[in-house]
Amino acid sequence: MLLEIRGLSSHYGRIQALDDVSVTVDQGELVALVGANGAGKTTLLRCLSGVQPISAGSIRFDGADITRTAPEKRVALGIAQVPEGRQVFGPMSVDDNLRLGAYRRQGRQMADDLERMYTLFPVLFKKRELPAGTLSGGQQQMLAIARALMSNPRLLLLDEPSMGLAPLLVAEIFAVVQSLRGDGVTIFLVEQNAHAALTLADRGYVLETGSVVMTDQGHALLADERIQQAYLGL
Amino acid sequence: MAELLQYLFAGLTSGAIYALAGLGFAIIYNASHVINFAQGEFIMIGGMATATLTAAGIPLPAAILAAMILTMLVGMALEKFAIEPARNADVVTIIIITIGASIFLRGAAQVVWDKEFHALAPFSGETPIRILGATLMPQSLWVFGVSMAAIALLWWFFNRTLFGKAMLATSFNRLAAQLMGIGVKRVLLVSFALSALLGAVGGIVVTPIAFTNYEAGIMLGLKGFSAAVLGGLGNGMGAVVGGLIVGIAEALGAGYVSSAYKDAIAFVIILFVLFFMPNGLFGKKGVDRV
Repeated sequence: MLLEIRGLSSHYGRIQALDDVSVTVDQGELVALVGANGAGKTTLLRCLSGVQPISAGSIRFDGADITRTAPEKRVALGIAQVPEGRQVFGPMSVDDNLRLGAYRRQGRQMADDLERMYTLFPVLFKKRELPAGTLSGGQQQMLAIARALMSNPRLLLLDEPSMGLAPLLVAEIFAVVQSLRGDGVTIFLVEQNAHAALTLADRGYVLETGSVVMTDQGHALLADERIQQAYLGL
Repeated sequence: MAELLQYLFAGLTSGAIYALAGLGFAIIYNASHVINFAQGEFIMIGGMATATLTAAGIPLPAAILAAMILTMLVGMALEKFAIEPARNADVVTIIIITIGASIFLRGAAQVVWDKEFHALAPFSGETPIRILGATLMPQSLWVFGVSMAAIALLWWFFNRTLFGKAMLATSFNRLAAQLMGIGVKRVLLVSFALSALLGAVGGIVVTPIAFTNYEAGIMLGLKGFSAAVLGGLGNGMGAVVGGLIVGIAEALGAGYVSSAYKDAIAFVIILFVLFFMPNGLFGKKGVDRV
């Protein structure tokens, strides 16, 4: 088991955002976490990256307890996050954004990976000298994904990669996610777009007001009546 | 003509010091959004340490090195023991902590040294250089040259080294920087070390011209602050240009109006900026698409 979250709770001040959440992700799996706005999906990812305080529970990554590990050490261990809203370094060049993605691992390999990213996302190569803030929303999302991949992660956390994008771009982003999964990257995907996420996923979790209310195979969740009513609008 | 040139020399000399102080404000502001009002004290400590060490018979280069290291350590201690423990507090609270720290450092300087003025001999003599009827002291060249070299080094650091870029990235987006594995605590510590070092450099080169005492940092710090505000808080190039403008405006004002108003000019500039262009000359213009 690559990632094991047990009984995780987290608070914003006195407001509880996560209550006793348990999630596992196996090596090579694509696991989706779906739920409405405000269910606590982003909070869970923030806890995984170490930028959100945890009030109870534990996180194990590749067998080691990382519940109290500093955010920068988690990146070094192989957990990379593509945050909600992309969060690229707007005034810095595309190239610098990618290099900073590999902040924890410089050297020859970094140069190879940079080339690999530019092959994977040709549009980024074309715009490599431009400030990241001038890219379109879809291009910024590609950049955010490429930047996270630059750390050569063992687990990729994706937070709402389709948010705010036109349908055509959404399809493109999900195609990228699928091809990453084909390359063997373990992915934990958080999405409001439940249909697209569950279609891709091996397994899914449904989060409601801070608690996991259902978990099953991706296609089984897609077929579930309650899910269809609550999240798929069918 | 000679008169104008004379004022420009004076303005560029003090402007270079304000630029260094302004950069000190900008670096810490970028790393933490805190305005460090102890920046002037870094200038004072650099000058006082060099002056007293050379007076004690230590050769100038060794005294300069020691003063730079001492100031850097003071800056790092300030971050470690006063700023870091309050990192979850409001920015305003932390700014007030820096004001407290500046008072503490002035007090400490009185205890460690004294309340007297201290002088430092010019680095390469006192024979004035005559240019088009105006005179230029060799020390002014030191001030200007060293400041420009420091600024160039800083530019290289922030634009060409990975850690420098990581510091910039942290200022643009702290969360994303953390997610890249950039240790933001270390960024904050280095920003204080760098700002202190810049202050020390300014203090060391200016002391042969202006003397120094435990209070010398107040005015220099405030003028550095007005340079940073004029340039647009957090903008490095802005702080440099702002510093030179404040220095020149001050020298021209003192020369053509009255030297009694010399110190007021920097503050009039702050007021003007706050009223009419709160983002400063080079303040952030949003280029982000959302």
